[in-house]
Amino acid sequence: MSIDSRWERARRALGWPGLFLIVLTMAAAITPLLVSEDARSIGSVMRTRLVPPFSRDAYGAWHLLGTDAFGRDLTVRLLMGARISLFVGVAGSVLSAVLGIALGALAGWRGGLTNRVIVALGDALLAVPRLVLLLVVAALWSPGLDVVIVVLGLTGWMSVMRLVRAEVQGVRLRPYVEGATALGVPSGRVLRRHVLPNALGSALVATTLGVANAIVMESGLSFLGLGVQPPTASWGNMIAGGREWLLVAPWIALMPGVALVVTVVCVTIVGERLTGTPASPTRARRVSPASSAQPAALPRS
Amino acid sequence: MHRLLLRVTDAIVLLWIVTTLTFALLHLAPGDPATLLIAPTATAAEAEQLRVSLGLDAPLPVQYARWMRDVLHGDLGMSLSRSMPVRAVIAEALPVSLFLGGVSLVASFVLGTLLGLVQALRASSRVDGWLSMLSLTAFAAPSFWLALALVALVTSGVAQLGLPDWFRLPAFGMQSPAATDTASWSDRLRHAILPLLVLSIPGAAGVSRYARQAVRDAALAPHVSSAFARGLSRLHVEWRHVLRNALTPLIVLFGLTLPGVIAGSVFVEQVFAWPGLGRTMLGAIGARDYPVVLGLTLVYAVAVVSANLLADLMLWLADPRRRA
Repeated sequence: MSIDSRWERARRALGWPGLFLIVLTMAAAITPLLVSEDARSIGSVMRTRLVPPFSRDAYGAWHLLGTDAFGRDLTVRLLMGARISLFVGVAGSVLSAVLGIALGALAGWRGGLTNRVIVALGDALLAVPRLVLLLVVAALWSPGLDVVIVVLGLTGWMSVMRLVRAEVQGVRLRPYVEGATALGVPSGRVLRRHVLPNALGSALVATTLGVANAIVMESGLSFLGLGVQPPTASWGNMIAGGREWLLVAPWIALMPGVALVVTVVCVTIVGERLTGTPASPTRARRVSPASSAQPAALPRS
Repeated sequence: MHRLLLRVTDAIVLLWIVTTLTFALLHLAPGDPATLLIAPTATAAEAEQLRVSLGLDAPLPVQYARWMRDVLHGDLGMSLSRSMPVRAVIAEALPVSLFLGGVSLVASFVLGTLLGLVQALRASSRVDGWLSMLSLTAFAAPSFWLALALVALVTSGVAQLGLPDWFRLPAFGMQSPAATDTASWSDRLRHAILPLLVLSIPGAAGVSRYARQAVRDAALAPHVSSAFARGLSRLHVEWRHVLRNALTPLIVLFGLTLPGVIAGSVFVEQVFAWPGLGRTMLGAIGARDYPVVLGLTLVYAVAVVSANLLADLMLWLADPRRRA
């Protein structure tokens, strides 16, 4: 089998967006191995700074996306930033998914007071715009990678909780669940083996779309200086760092944003493919198969 | 009516939970607002006196009870960093955010709904596909980045790309520094263009995606095919049978977006230096100005909760099935 057809098959299975995300993740993962520490740190600033995209610096080294105000290669920094942004996005939404599944299962399975407390807590968190919540928490504790991930997890679990809770409530009274209970299967095992698997599909989709949201939120916090702190690169703080050079060297602020937009678009398309909502531009199905699913992640600031 | 009353009680309980959570969150966080206010030269006794006068020496439950009592009397307390009432701080910033949010909300919904309608009903699949991609991209763009990109375009970009001079727009502030109180409206308008664009473009993109999906779902209903089969004109079917049903999800979206009128412009206010609620919030968080942060959170929560109530009411009016 030729490489071409293998490539073609992978492309068909994942689509361009999925493939892009995999390549980006792999590139980001191996960047520190390929690029020496020297190339990533600040060298002789005056000779290498503010090199425009597609050109050479004073030493003759070629820079695909140019360099920033400290003479660091933007391509390398973008990939280093991708490590942070993708990691925070995935870790933050996985954390919120775990919280959401646990609380949703608890609320749906136990019912009664537990249910009401969890639902009230979720409603209360939804009543404050997520950004405001993030700002308050991120600003009051000292900013950093771990704080951002925890905060994203703590403020993002509500939608997954609602999905899982509804699903668990729907399944709880089904005959096969009653049957399992009647056969003496312990309650926790019934929940794990017979109830939760029903809810995981929708939770997975919500989590995928949550990744896009988390990436945007992290970049926003880092842009405001409340997230990942320089010199650690994240797309948000790279945009913030390029802000003062906007008029002289616009590529410094604009390139990380392009990477961010492309990534978020890809994640959203992959997520919507999972729901069966046609989002992909070129192969939009004319008739969506009974999709009550709406474009997710609205509203946003 | 009875159900509406029940919803209102729910809403009030919700507000109480939100404010209590925020209060707990603020006071559990490390750091103490007094340390930022006390002069480095102050003695321990002076520092203690300041803490007493701010009420920060009392045990947490007492502080909470005091704050709650004042809020119920409509008093949000004094700002710690600006020595003026929190109500005045918020009242000063509110019109700025209301202007930005209100205009861009209307623009987003009008443009977005029209675009979504055209995509769902009139566009060829190729045009629809490209428009979908465009709106997805616009929707994914973070507002602070979009703002910087537009600023780059209308400042140095104008010169480099050789665009006409009127394209050169002011990038920061609400009016020219030299302008007086009676500054010309055209000056203010020119300052407002960029912030409004940055808020409206992703807004319209989001609404159009939603509207397109809503119209498509509504068009798949069996009663639509039956209306066509009865020989009704296309326009009649679309107007009476499709749009009417597509309205429901759009109203829900409107209710969800409405709080964004005051909360949605944090980044835009920050980038363009407009003194609205978002900038006030950022400043207050940085200065540990607890009363302002609490007051603003309360305002945001009231906005979200009442927007949800309003959306319920609108649904009730638009959809007879819900009145049963």
